[in-house]
Amino acid sequence: MTRTLRARQERAAWVFLGPALGLIAVFFLLPILAGLLLSLTDFDIYAISDPQSARFVGLRNYQQLLGGSEFWQALRNTLYFVGVGGPLTVAVSLGAALLLSAPRLRLRSLFRTIYFAPVVTTLVAVAIVWRYLYHPHYGLLNYWLGAIGLGPIDWLGDPRWAMPGIILLAVWKGFGYNMLIFVAGLQSIPEERYEAAAVDGASAWQRFRAVTLPGLGPVFLFIAVTTMIGYFQLFAEPYVMTQGGPLGATRSLVLFMYEEGFRWWRLGTAAAIAVLLLLITLVATLIQLRLQAGRR
Amino acid sequence: MKRRDVGTLILHLAMILGALITLAPLLWMVAASFMPVGEANSFPPRLWPSSPTLAHYRYLFARLDLARSFLNSAMIAVLATVLSVLINSMAGYGFAKLPFPGRERLFRGLSAALVIPAQVGMLPLFLMLREMGLINTYAGVLVPYAASVYGIFLVRQYTLGLPDELLDAARVDGAGELRVFRTVALPVIRPILVTLAAFTFLSAWNDFMWPLIILSDSARYTLPVALAGLVGEHVQDTELMMAGSVITTLPALLAFLFFQRTYVRGITAGSVKG
Repeated sequence: MTRTLRARQERAAWVFLGPALGLIAVFFLLPILAGLLLSLTDFDIYAISDPQSARFVGLRNYQQLLGGSEFWQALRNTLYFVGVGGPLTVAVSLGAALLLSAPRLRLRSLFRTIYFAPVVTTLVAVAIVWRYLYHPHYGLLNYWLGAIGLGPIDWLGDPRWAMPGIILLAVWKGFGYNMLIFVAGLQSIPEERYEAAAVDGASAWQRFRAVTLPGLGPVFLFIAVTTMIGYFQLFAEPYVMTQGGPLGATRSLVLFMYEEGFRWWRLGTAAAIAVLLLLITLVATLIQLRLQAGRR
Repeated sequence: MKRRDVGTLILHLAMILGALITLAPLLWMVAASFMPVGEANSFPPRLWPSSPTLAHYRYLFARLDLARSFLNSAMIAVLATVLSVLINSMAGYGFAKLPFPGRERLFRGLSAALVIPAQVGMLPLFLMLREMGLINTYAGVLVPYAASVYGIFLVRQYTLGLPDELLDAARVDGAGELRVFRTVALPVIRPILVTLAAFTFLSAWNDFMWPLIILSDSARYTLPVALAGLVGEHVQDTELMMAGSVITTLPALLAFLFFQRTYVRGITAGSVKG
């Protein structure tokens, strides 16, 4: 390749990349850096009209958050959602993917479309639908639970049941996405490995443990990490279904940040919550990567 | 019956049960949206409207002006899709086919940003757009969709498979880089651009938090924001809220059914190969 062509391509590269990199730098990376600074100020409703009035307060926002109980409750709620909802979603996705990959299954693409449909629905709309399904008296869910002798449960009104209610909705809405990735991962496992295990007399469960799970390794890691990062951002479900209640039992970190920032206009405090969320997400991601690397 | 047949039967029963559970909330949403007032709050719960009515849909469009929100949503989703395909296809192609010093390092750095939750920058972004006078405008809503790390990633991975000889042949013929991209690369990478378009359209249509923050005037609301606002006043009107939910989510479902194959390819391309 000639030198002039190289130089020409280098110049062209910046024309091609310029718009995207510029937009990402200004509207994605810069705000994150600005958020770090904002979290060190007492930026509030007065500063909205006069930004000069915001003062540097060091780590005060962090001290107040970590010293109070609201942040810890929001963190506990979020970890509950991530820690229970995440593995549950992954388990349901894997189960559905295994069934969907069964060689003897008929109407495979129809089932795949049906199981995937909730993923593309509008979260706000289906959260409203589920709010009615969870109605303690008229809701379908309690009616069916009653038919098999369970309940009634005051799903969204009882602090103990509100988060499980939100988790059920999230599993229903989200499992189809991971299911498709698992299906692709299952297809990439060579058939011979199953045959070899069958020859050795391995049961279905043993084949699952010895062939399927190790074969899914990288796919599993990808799904575990992306599901976890996504679930740390819980917001619309509690916003629409419970407004963070009852008794704050479903107030997630992002909902807490939204309320501090856009309801009470305490943007300094809200930015500190955002920074803490970022740190927690990063630490949790690193732990996940470590754990999974150690397993293999 | 042989053991194998029993297994096949159980497999299909399990799949059908799963399908019913998955569809139940959506089917009930549609059924309830046609029920006369109060029927969705009866005991035992009704699964089917006694006398189907379009009254709630009419009310939403005639009295609550949901048509305007529908148009807002459609316009924002279409514009977001056009911008995203244009900007990310060029960037993804650049990362795949135009060598320059530091390219791989830059790309790895960008990919690492996928871990950062978008919400972290939302407060400063709100303040920035406020200074720029973009609060309560469509442009303000569109800003986060125009360039996306995920979109660049998707296009780059696909474009890597494009043979260099094809591009070089056009270069030898004297075509500039933009023309090489337009006439040689674009036709070949079109499938992944359709995937990117379907992805962007659906996420812009369904998005909630950012439009909620940036739009203050109800005449500019997108459907999800308008719907979340309606819950406050009309929480008792179950049938009306179900009609609103149908209007909001049906276009997304239809778009998915239409683009299903290409959408599914995008999901697996972004994970297994990546």
